[in-house]
Amino acid sequence: MTCDHLVTYSLSVDDDDRVFKALADPTRRFLLDRLFERDGRTLTELESELEMTRFGAMKHLRVLEEAGLVVARRAGRQKLHYLNPVPIRLIHDRWIDKYTERQVSALADLKQELEETA
Amino acid sequence: MSTMTQTAVQVYTVFIKATPEQIWGAITKPEFTAKYFYGSQVDSTLERGTPFRGWSPDRAQLWADGEVLDSDPPRRLSYTWRALYDEETATEEPSRVSWEIEPQEGGVSKLTVVHDQLERAPKTAENVAGGWMYILSGLKTLLETGEPLQV
Repeated sequence: MTCDHLVTYSLSVDDDDRVFKALADPTRRFLLDRLFERDGRTLTELESELEMTRFGAMKHLRVLEEAGLVVARRAGRQKLHYLNPVPIRLIHDRWIDKYTERQVSALADLKQELEETA
Repeated sequence: MSTMTQTAVQVYTVFIKATPEQIWGAITKPEFTAKYFYGSQVDSTLERGTPFRGWSPDRAQLWADGEVLDSDPPRRLSYTWRALYDEETATEEPSRVSWEIEPQEGGVSKLTVVHDQLERAPKTAENVAGGWMYILSGLKTLLETGEPLQV
């Protein structure tokens, strides 16, 4: 394994850590669900759906932003929050596909075996 | 602020261990887009006001059509976009796709895609929502490993 691979690997592990940690909290998952329903919301809008202080909501949003799950963009004087599903997709590609791929290849092997003996 | 404007904007971002130039090449060269953009081949001189098109892998069908709005290599590319690969989306008004590339520390670049002006293209908005994350994940894999994403 080259140095470059190691750097890439640790980079993606750090990214994964942040995503898993961000998702490990029910309030943050609730915020992601709200953004999934309707994207591009302000802190004030999101805060109104939570039973917590503005500061608390801000803290949760910051964790989601640092994990890349939420992207904030300025629109005039407002800061709008968008759901960014790409990190979840990356985890899917990294972890889930590995297993489905194995299943698919196991089925393909089974098919070949059955056809050969038929 | 209306609900309409809010749902008419989609934002996606991904960090890629690659230079802005490498990412720019992957977005604008057909031999690259063929490997992560549903096999489609980009076709554009990237000059403002000229067509920005995406062809099917065999180049027989025009899958996407638009016009270059802004091109600032290797930082920003923006074009109008109509999804012709689907009967329902093909009749909708053009929307706008913008790619932003920002270099970060440690040889990493932040790539952001903003797909907006979707107010009069609700079916397109629905259609591309899952597509962008698949495309960006594939682009990251391609640039970091040199291999297309195995699906």
